Amino acid sequence: MPVSIRLPTVLRPQVGGQATVQIEGSTIGEVLSTLVAEHPGLSGQVIAEDGALNKFVNIYVNDDDVRYLQQLDTPVADGDEVSILPAVAGGAN
Amino acid sequence: MVDVSALSPNPNVKIWTKLEGRNPAGSVKDRVALSLVEQAEADGILVPGAPDQILIEPSSGNTGIALAMVCRMKGYHLKVVLPTNVSIERRQLLEVFGAEIIESPGSEGSNGAVRMARGLAAEHPEWVFLYQYANPANPKAHYEHTGPEIFADVPEITHFVAGLGTSGTLLGVGRYLKEQNPDIQVWAIEPPTGEMVDGLRNLDDGYIPPIFADLGGAEILDRKTVVRPRESIEWTRKMTELGLFVGISSGAIMAGAVRCASQIPEGQAATIVTIACDDGWKYLSTGAWTDDIDTVVDRASKVIYF
Repeated sequence: MPVSIRLPTVLRPQVGGQATVQIEGSTIGEVLSTLVAEHPGLSGQVIAEDGALNKFVNIYVNDDDVRYLQQLDTPVADGDEVSILPAVAGGAN
Repeated sequence: MVDVSALSPNPNVKIWTKLEGRNPAGSVKDRVALSLVEQAEADGILVPGAPDQILIEPSSGNTGIALAMVCRMKGYHLKVVLPTNVSIERRQLLEVFGAEIIESPGSEGSNGAVRMARGLAAEHPEWVFLYQYANPANPKAHYEHTGPEIFADVPEITHFVAGLGTSGTLLGVGRYLKEQNPDIQVWAIEPPTGEMVDGLRNLDDGYIPPIFADLGGAEILDRKTVVRPRESIEWTRKMTELGLFVGISSGAIMAGAVRCASQIPEGQAATIVTIACDDGWKYLSTGAWTDDIDTVVDRASKVIYF
Protein backbone atom coordinates (compact mmCIF):
# COMPACT_ATOMS: atom_id res chain seq x y z
CA MET A 1 0.00 0.00 0.00
CA PRO A 2 1.42 3.40 -0.93
CA VAL A 3 1.47 6.59 1.12
CA SER A 4 -0.91 9.38 0.23
CA ILE A 5 0.54 12.81 -0.47
CA ARG A 6 -1.61 15.88 -0.06
CA LEU A 7 -0.62 18.83 -2.21
CA PRO A 8 -1.39 22.53 -1.72
CA THR A 9 -3.60 24.28 -4.28
CA VAL A 10 -0.60 26.03 -5.77
CA LEU A 11 0.98 22.71 -6.83
CA ARG A 12 -2.14 20.89 -8.00
CA PRO A 13 -1.97 22.05 -11.64
CA GLN A 14 1.33 20.16 -11.92
CA VAL A 15 -0.37 16.87 -10.97
CA GLY A 16 -3.41 17.21 -13.19
CA GLY A 17 -5.49 19.07 -10.63
CA GLN A 18 -5.51 16.31 -8.00
CA ALA A 19 -5.43 17.25 -4.30
CA THR A 20 -3.96 13.89 -3.27
CA VAL A 21 -1.71 11.43 -5.07
CA GLN A 22 -0.64 7.92 -4.04
CA ILE A 23 3.09 7.18 -4.21
CA GLU A 24 5.20 4.15 -3.19
CA GLY A 25 8.37 4.60 -1.15
CA SER A 26 9.96 3.90 2.21
CA THR A 27 11.41 7.33 2.99
CA ILE A 28 10.27 10.90 2.35
CA GLY A 29 13.19 11.34 -0.06
CA GLU A 30 12.15 8.29 -2.10
CA VAL A 31 8.52 9.31 -2.16
CA LEU A 32 9.34 12.86 -3.30
CA SER A 33 11.76 11.65 -6.01
CA THR A 34 9.09 9.35 -7.39
CA LEU A 35 6.50 12.12 -7.17
CA VAL A 36 8.70 14.50 -9.19
CA ALA A 37 9.61 11.73 -11.67
CA GLU A 38 5.92 11.05 -12.29
CA HIS A 39 5.01 14.75 -12.40
CA PRO A 40 8.00 16.60 -13.86
CA GLY A 41 6.15 19.92 -13.53
CA LEU A 42 6.99 19.75 -9.80
CA SER A 43 10.70 19.65 -10.47
CA GLY A 44 12.56 22.43 -8.64
CA GLN A 45 9.48 23.32 -6.57
CA VAL A 46 9.61 20.96 -3.60
CA ILE A 47 13.25 19.91 -3.74
CA ALA A 48 15.70 22.71 -4.53
CA GLU A 49 18.45 22.25 -7.10
CA ASP A 50 20.98 21.37 -4.42
CA GLY A 51 18.84 18.37 -3.44
CA ALA A 52 17.59 19.85 -0.15
CA LEU A 53 14.02 20.74 0.71
CA ASN A 54 12.88 24.10 -0.66
CA LYS A 55 13.09 26.39 2.38
CA PHE A 56 9.58 27.73 1.80
CA VAL A 57 8.11 24.22 1.86
CA ASN A 58 7.23 22.18 4.92
CA ILE A 59 6.66 18.44 4.60
CA TYR A 60 4.66 16.67 7.27
CA VAL A 61 4.26 12.97 7.97
CA ASN A 62 1.08 12.52 9.98
CA ASP A 63 1.32 16.15 11.20
CA ASP A 64 5.02 16.04 12.16
CA ASP A 65 7.40 18.33 10.24
CA VAL A 66 10.12 16.10 8.72
CA ARG A 67 12.77 18.80 9.17
CA TYR A 68 12.73 17.87 12.87
CA LEU A 69 12.54 14.12 12.28
CA GLN A 70 15.11 12.71 9.85
CA GLN A 71 14.53 15.18 7.02
CA LEU A 72 14.49 13.38 3.64
CA ASP A 73 15.52 10.14 5.39
CA THR A 74 12.36 10.16 7.53
CA PRO A 75 10.77 6.72 7.10
CA VAL A 76 7.21 6.40 5.86
CA ALA A 77 4.99 3.36 6.22
CA ASP A 78 1.94 2.13 4.36
CA GLY A 79 -1.02 4.35 4.97
CA ASP A 80 0.97 7.33 6.27
CA GLU A 81 -0.31 10.71 5.26
CA VAL A 82 2.26 13.10 3.85
CA SER A 83 1.37 16.77 3.40
CA ILE A 84 3.32 19.30 1.40
CA LEU A 85 2.61 22.83 2.58
CA PRO A 86 4.04 26.27 1.95
CA ALA A 87 5.65 27.85 5.03
CA VAL A 88 3.38 30.59 6.35
CA ALA A 89 3.46 33.05 9.19
CA GLY A 90 1.99 31.75 12.41
CA GLY A 91 -1.24 33.10 13.64
CA ALA A 92 -3.16 31.65 10.75
CA ASN A 93 -5.47 28.75 10.59
CA MET B 1 2.55 27.91 36.93
CA VAL B 2 -0.24 25.40 37.35
CA ASP B 3 0.03 21.62 37.61
CA VAL B 4 -2.15 20.13 34.87
CA SER B 5 -0.80 16.58 35.26
CA ALA B 6 -4.35 15.38 35.85
CA LEU B 7 -4.70 15.65 32.05
CA SER B 8 -1.47 13.74 31.34
CA PRO B 9 -2.02 10.44 29.50
CA ASN B 10 1.20 9.07 31.00
CA PRO B 11 1.50 8.60 34.79
CA ASN B 12 5.27 9.16 34.61
CA VAL B 13 4.93 12.50 32.89
CA LYS B 14 4.05 15.67 34.75
CA ILE B 15 2.68 18.64 32.83
CA TRP B 16 2.76 22.25 34.02
CA THR B 17 1.28 25.26 32.28
CA LYS B 18 2.38 28.84 32.72
CA LEU B 19 -0.68 31.06 32.74
CA GLU B 20 -0.03 34.25 30.79
CA GLY B 21 -3.60 35.45 30.49
CA ARG B 22 -3.39 37.42 33.75
CA ASN B 23 -0.93 39.90 32.28
CA PRO B 24 -2.28 43.48 32.16
CA ALA B 25 -3.48 43.38 28.53
CA GLY B 26 -4.38 39.72 28.82
CA SER B 27 -1.70 37.70 27.04
CA VAL B 28 1.92 36.57 26.83
CA LYS B 29 2.37 39.29 24.21
CA ASP B 30 2.50 42.01 26.89
CA ARG B 31 6.10 40.95 27.38
CA VAL B 32 6.87 41.28 23.69
CA ALA B 33 5.11 44.62 23.25
CA LEU B 34 6.91 46.24 26.17
CA SER B 35 10.25 44.85 24.99
CA LEU B 36 9.71 46.09 21.40
CA VAL B 37 8.76 49.59 22.50
CA GLU B 38 11.43 49.95 25.20
CA GLN B 39 14.13 48.71 22.81
CA ALA B 40 12.98 51.28 20.22
CA GLU B 41 13.14 54.00 22.90
CA ALA B 42 16.62 52.86 23.93
CA ASP B 43 17.69 52.99 20.27
CA GLY B 44 16.20 56.48 19.85
CA ILE B 45 13.65 55.29 17.25
CA LEU B 46 10.82 56.33 19.57
CA VAL B 47 11.11 59.37 21.78
CA PRO B 48 8.91 59.42 24.90
CA GLY B 49 6.80 62.55 25.03
CA ALA B 50 7.50 63.69 21.44
CA PRO B 51 4.33 64.54 19.47
CA ASP B 52 2.84 62.68 16.48
CA GLN B 53 4.73 59.43 16.73
CA ILE B 54 3.00 56.71 14.73
CA LEU B 55 3.62 52.97 14.90
CA ILE B 56 2.36 50.31 12.50
CA GLU B 57 2.27 46.58 13.23
CA PRO B 58 0.64 43.47 11.72
CA SER B 59 -1.08 41.33 14.34
CA SER B 60 -3.82 38.74 14.50
CA GLY B 61 -4.66 40.13 17.91
CA ASN B 62 -2.60 39.71 21.04
CA THR B 63 0.51 41.63 20.03
CA GLY B 64 -1.70 44.38 18.69
CA ILE B 65 -3.70 44.56 21.92
CA ALA B 66 -0.55 44.57 24.06
CA LEU B 67 1.11 47.22 21.90
CA ALA B 68 -2.08 49.27 21.98
CA MET B 69 -1.97 49.28 25.78
CA VAL B 70 1.72 50.21 25.89
CA CYS B 71 1.25 52.93 23.22
CA ARG B 72 -1.80 54.34 25.02
CA MET B 73 0.21 54.63 28.23
CA LYS B 74 3.18 56.21 26.49
CA GLY B 75 1.24 58.50 24.13
CA TYR B 76 2.11 56.90 20.79
CA HIS B 77 -0.43 56.40 17.99
CA LEU B 78 -0.71 52.75 16.88
CA LYS B 79 -2.06 51.41 13.59
CA VAL B 80 -2.69 47.66 13.64
CA VAL B 81 -3.03 45.68 10.40
CA LEU B 82 -5.58 43.05 11.38
CA PRO B 83 -7.01 40.22 9.25
CA THR B 84 -10.81 40.53 9.01
CA ASN B 85 -11.39 37.02 10.36
CA VAL B 86 -10.36 37.45 13.97
CA SER B 87 -12.82 37.31 16.86
CA ILE B 88 -14.83 40.47 17.51
CA GLU B 89 -13.37 40.78 21.01
CA ARG B 90 -9.90 41.30 19.57
CA ARG B 91 -11.14 44.25 17.53
CA GLN B 92 -12.98 45.63 20.54
CA LEU B 93 -9.90 45.45 22.76
CA LEU B 94 -7.80 47.26 20.18
CA GLU B 95 -10.46 49.97 20.18
CA VAL B 96 -10.49 50.08 24.00
CA PHE B 97 -6.83 51.07 23.94
CA GLY B 98 -7.32 53.56 21.12
CA ALA B 99 -5.55 51.71 18.31
CA GLU B 100 -6.48 52.39 14.71
CA ILE B 101 -7.42 49.22 12.79
CA ILE B 102 -6.42 48.70 9.16
CA GLU B 103 -8.14 45.61 7.76
CA SER B 104 -6.30 43.01 5.69
CA PRO B 105 -8.08 40.21 3.78
CA GLY B 106 -9.05 37.35 6.08
CA SER B 107 -8.39 34.85 3.30
CA GLU B 108 -4.69 35.79 3.41
CA GLY B 109 -4.40 35.26 7.17
CA SER B 110 -1.40 36.59 9.03
CA ASN B 111 0.74 36.41 5.88
CA GLY B 112 -1.54 38.97 4.28
CA ALA B 113 -1.39 41.25 7.33
CA VAL B 114 2.41 41.05 7.37
CA ARG B 115 2.58 41.81 3.64
CA MET B 116 0.25 44.80 3.93
CA ALA B 117 2.07 46.23 6.97
CA ARG B 118 5.42 45.93 5.21
CA GLY B 119 4.01 47.71 2.18
CA LEU B 120 2.51 50.54 4.25
CA ALA B 121 5.70 50.89 6.29
CA ALA B 122 7.71 51.20 3.08
CA GLU B 123 5.33 53.90 1.79
CA HIS B 124 5.53 55.77 5.09
CA PRO B 125 9.12 55.83 6.29
CA GLU B 126 8.05 58.33 8.95
CA TRP B 127 6.05 55.58 10.68
CA VAL B 128 7.83 53.31 13.15
CA PHE B 129 7.58 49.66 12.14
CA LEU B 130 8.68 47.48 15.06
CA TYR B 131 7.91 44.30 13.10
CA GLN B 132 7.65 41.59 15.76
CA TYR B 133 8.49 38.85 13.20
CA ALA B 134 11.93 40.33 12.57
CA ASN B 135 12.77 42.16 15.79
CA PRO B 136 15.21 40.46 18.19
CA ALA B 137 13.55 42.38 21.05
CA ASN B 138 10.69 39.86 20.69
CA PRO B 139 12.63 36.68 21.64
CA LYS B 140 14.76 38.80 24.01
CA ALA B 141 11.72 39.37 26.24
CA HIS B 142 11.34 35.61 26.58
CA TYR B 143 15.07 34.95 26.94
CA GLU B 144 15.33 37.48 29.77
CA HIS B 145 12.02 36.86 31.54
CA THR B 146 9.76 33.97 30.46
CA GLY B 147 12.62 31.44 30.24
CA PRO B 148 14.21 32.26 33.61
CA GLU B 149 10.78 32.29 35.29
CA ILE B 150 10.03 28.81 33.93
CA PHE B 151 13.40 27.41 34.97
CA ALA B 152 13.13 28.93 38.45
CA ASP B 153 9.65 27.44 38.94
CA VAL B 154 10.26 24.02 37.36
CA PRO B 155 14.01 23.29 37.29
CA GLU B 156 13.32 19.60 36.58
CA ILE B 157 11.80 20.50 33.17
CA THR B 158 12.62 18.02 30.39
CA HIS B 159 10.36 19.33 27.59
CA PHE B 160 9.12 22.80 26.66
CA VAL B 161 6.05 22.88 24.40
CA ALA B 162 4.82 26.17 22.94
CA GLY B 163 3.00 27.62 19.95
CA LEU B 164 4.77 28.73 16.81
CA GLY B 165 3.64 32.13 15.58
CA THR B 166 6.37 34.71 15.31
CA SER B 167 8.62 32.05 16.93
CA GLY B 168 9.60 34.56 19.64
CA THR B 169 8.54 32.42 22.63
CA LEU B 170 10.20 29.27 21.30
CA LEU B 171 13.43 31.06 20.36
CA GLY B 172 13.78 33.03 23.58
CA VAL B 173 12.64 30.44 26.10
CA GLY B 174 14.16 27.56 24.10
CA ARG B 175 17.57 29.16 23.93
CA TYR B 176 17.57 30.07 27.62
CA LEU B 177 16.49 26.58 28.70
CA LYS B 178 19.04 24.82 26.49
CA GLU B 179 21.79 26.99 27.95
CA GLN B 180 20.76 25.75 31.42
CA ASN B 181 20.36 22.13 30.32
CA PRO B 182 21.10 21.10 26.73
CA ASP B 183 19.00 17.96 27.14
CA ILE B 184 15.75 19.94 27.35
CA GLN B 185 13.62 19.22 24.29
CA VAL B 186 11.74 22.06 22.59
CA TRP B 187 8.51 21.28 20.74
CA ALA B 188 6.72 23.74 18.45
CA ILE B 189 2.98 23.44 17.98
CA GLU B 190 1.50 24.85 14.78
CA PRO B 191 -2.08 25.45 13.79
CA PRO B 192 -3.02 23.90 10.46
CA THR B 193 -2.63 26.38 7.64
CA GLY B 194 -5.99 25.39 6.18
CA GLU B 195 -7.76 27.55 3.72
CA MET B 196 -5.46 30.53 3.74
CA VAL B 197 -2.69 28.54 2.10
CA ASP B 198 -5.00 28.23 -0.88
CA GLY B 199 -4.61 31.97 -1.36
CA LEU B 200 -0.89 31.65 -2.06
CA ARG B 201 0.02 32.13 -5.68
CA ASN B 202 3.33 30.34 -5.50
CA LEU B 203 5.52 28.66 -2.94
CA ASP B 204 7.79 31.66 -2.64
CA ASP B 205 4.81 33.57 -1.20
CA GLY B 206 5.52 31.41 1.83
CA TYR B 207 6.93 33.16 4.84
CA ILE B 208 9.47 32.29 7.49
CA PRO B 209 9.79 34.84 10.31
CA PRO B 210 13.18 36.53 9.86
CA ILE B 211 13.99 36.07 13.56
CA PHE B 212 13.51 32.31 13.14
CA ALA B 213 16.13 32.15 10.40
CA ASP B 214 18.45 34.76 11.95
CA LEU B 215 18.48 33.29 15.45
CA GLY B 216 18.95 29.64 14.56
CA GLY B 217 15.38 28.47 15.04
CA ALA B 218 16.05 25.18 13.30
CA GLU B 219 18.74 24.36 15.89
CA ILE B 220 16.55 25.27 18.86
CA LEU B 221 13.50 23.23 17.84
CA ASP B 222 13.56 19.48 18.32
CA ARG B 223 10.11 18.81 16.98
CA LYS B 224 7.40 20.69 15.09
CA THR B 225 3.91 19.29 14.93
CA VAL B 226 0.48 20.41 13.75
CA VAL B 227 -2.54 20.35 16.05
CA ARG B 228 -5.94 20.52 14.35
CA PRO B 229 -8.96 22.63 15.36
CA ARG B 230 -10.97 19.70 16.78
CA GLU B 231 -8.16 18.67 19.14
CA SER B 232 -7.55 22.30 20.04
CA ILE B 233 -11.19 22.86 21.00
CA GLU B 234 -11.43 19.53 22.85
CA TRP B 235 -8.40 20.32 25.01
CA THR B 236 -9.50 23.93 25.53
CA ARG B 237 -12.72 22.46 26.97
CA LYS B 238 -10.91 19.79 29.02
CA MET B 239 -8.82 22.46 30.72
CA THR B 240 -11.98 23.86 32.31
CA GLU B 241 -12.10 20.64 34.37
CA LEU B 242 -9.07 22.03 36.19
CA GLY B 243 -10.62 25.46 36.52
CA LEU B 244 -8.64 26.84 33.61
CA PHE B 245 -10.49 29.11 31.19
CA VAL B 246 -7.84 29.61 28.51
CA GLY B 247 -7.76 30.64 24.86
CA ILE B 248 -7.94 28.21 21.97
CA SER B 249 -4.23 28.34 21.14
CA SER B 250 -3.57 27.26 24.74
CA GLY B 251 -5.82 24.25 24.12
CA ALA B 252 -3.84 23.48 20.97
CA ILE B 253 -0.58 23.67 22.91
CA MET B 254 -2.04 21.45 25.66
CA ALA B 255 -3.01 18.93 22.96
CA GLY B 256 0.60 19.06 21.77
CA ALA B 257 1.87 18.51 25.32
CA VAL B 258 -0.41 15.49 25.66
CA ARG B 259 0.97 14.11 22.38
CA CYS B 260 4.49 14.70 23.70
CA ALA B 261 3.67 12.95 27.00
CA SER B 262 2.23 9.94 25.20
CA GLN B 263 5.47 9.54 23.24
CA ILE B 264 7.72 9.39 26.31
CA PRO B 265 8.95 5.77 26.49
CA GLU B 266 7.40 3.61 29.20
CA GLY B 267 9.27 3.71 32.50
CA GLN B 268 10.89 7.07 31.71
CA ALA B 269 9.93 10.13 33.75
CA ALA B 270 9.49 13.54 32.17
CA THR B 271 8.29 17.02 33.08
CA ILE B 272 6.67 19.10 30.37
CA VAL B 273 6.10 22.85 30.67
CA THR B 274 3.67 24.61 28.34
CA ILE B 275 2.44 28.17 27.93
CA ALA B 276 -1.22 29.16 28.20
CA CYS B 277 -0.92 32.28 26.04
CA ASP B 278 -4.17 33.97 27.02
CA ASP B 279 -7.52 33.46 28.74
CA GLY B 280 -10.77 32.53 27.06
CA TRP B 281 -12.56 35.88 27.25
CA LYS B 282 -11.60 37.01 23.77
CA TYR B 283 -13.05 33.83 22.25
CA LEU B 284 -16.46 33.69 23.93
CA SER B 285 -18.12 34.90 20.73
CA THR B 286 -16.77 31.85 18.89
CA GLY B 287 -18.93 29.56 21.04
CA ALA B 288 -15.84 27.41 21.60
CA TRP B 289 -17.00 26.06 24.97
CA THR B 290 -20.74 25.89 24.52
CA ASP B 291 -21.75 25.26 20.91
CA ASP B 292 -21.89 21.87 19.19
CA ILE B 293 -18.28 20.79 18.58
CA ASP B 294 -18.74 20.17 14.86
CA THR B 295 -20.10 23.69 14.41
CA VAL B 296 -17.25 25.17 16.44
CA VAL B 297 -14.60 23.21 14.53
CA ASP B 298 -16.10 24.31 11.24
CA ARG B 299 -16.08 27.91 12.44
CA ALA B 300 -12.56 27.58 13.86
CA SER B 301 -11.23 26.59 10.46
CA LYS B 302 -12.29 30.03 9.21
CA VAL B 303 -11.01 32.22 12.04
CA ILE B 304 -7.56 32.93 13.36
CA TYR B 305 -7.01 31.81 16.92
CA PHE B 306 -3.23 31.59 17.24
